[in-house]
Amino acid sequence: MSHDRFVYVTFIRTTPEKLWEALTTPEFQRQYWFGMHVDSDFKPGSPWRLLFEDGSAADAGEVLEADPPRRLAISWRHEWKPELAAEGLARASFDIEPGDGTVKLTVTHEIDRTGSKLIEAVSGGWPRILSSLKSLLETGQSLTRDQTVTRAA
Amino acid sequence: MSMDAVFKALADPSRRELLDRLHARNGQTLGELCEGLGMTRQAVTKHLAILEQANLVATLRRGREKLHHLNPIPIHEIAVRWIGKYEPAHLRALSDLKTSLEEPNHEP
Repeated sequence: MSHDRFVYVTFIRTTPEKLWEALTTPEFQRQYWFGMHVDSDFKPGSPWRLLFEDGSAADAGEVLEADPPRRLAISWRHEWKPELAAEGLARASFDIEPGDGTVKLTVTHEIDRTGSKLIEAVSGGWPRILSSLKSLLETGQSLTRDQTVTRAA
Repeated sequence: MSMDAVFKALADPSRRELLDRLHARNGQTLGELCEGLGMTRQAVTKHLAILEQANLVATLRRGREKLHHLNPIPIHEIAVRWIGKYEPAHLRALSDLKTSLEEPNHEP
């Protein structure tokens, strides 16, 4: 089957436990995810929703795998732009590997189709989110602190 | 991850061509990347290893295949370091202007 897939790899000077906490805790997420946060208990089978500041959902899905602090896999359904929502379920995974003083984070976002507008749309956001996450964990300051997105944007 | 490795990897036109090919179509095998290139398979393998070491290429195993993906994170970090503080919209407008003026079919 044909896929559209992006793979992002970043090395962060932190511990796997802190990175897991940053990925799964709203107080952290709001600082590097353009003011958005994820509502979920991050247990396998649980739902998750990525929420704008006004509480409306941008994306949602189900937790497929959760193995703290090593691997998180989620299904991904877009919620508000009809042409992206019509593409159906995508998948995202977060793999955390400890290394020599740094932790390797691999984010994979894929869908079982080609020419996906959803994958194209998220491909622009992830590098900014991940750079900001890295900055937050390494320096205590994120890069997107003053940037938030709203549903109207 | 050293920035030296990123700049060194980007300094070679063959390696930039490989990144262009992944930008056009992500997730290619070594065989696919070699198609139509004026480089030996050994040379492509060597260049890919340098790109992977610089974290500009990320590989994934899917069954028996090793798929190569363009990883934009190090280039994004370069942008954040030196141009991030300027207004991104202005830079994009300038870049769009340059692209449109340089288009082969552009009529002055």
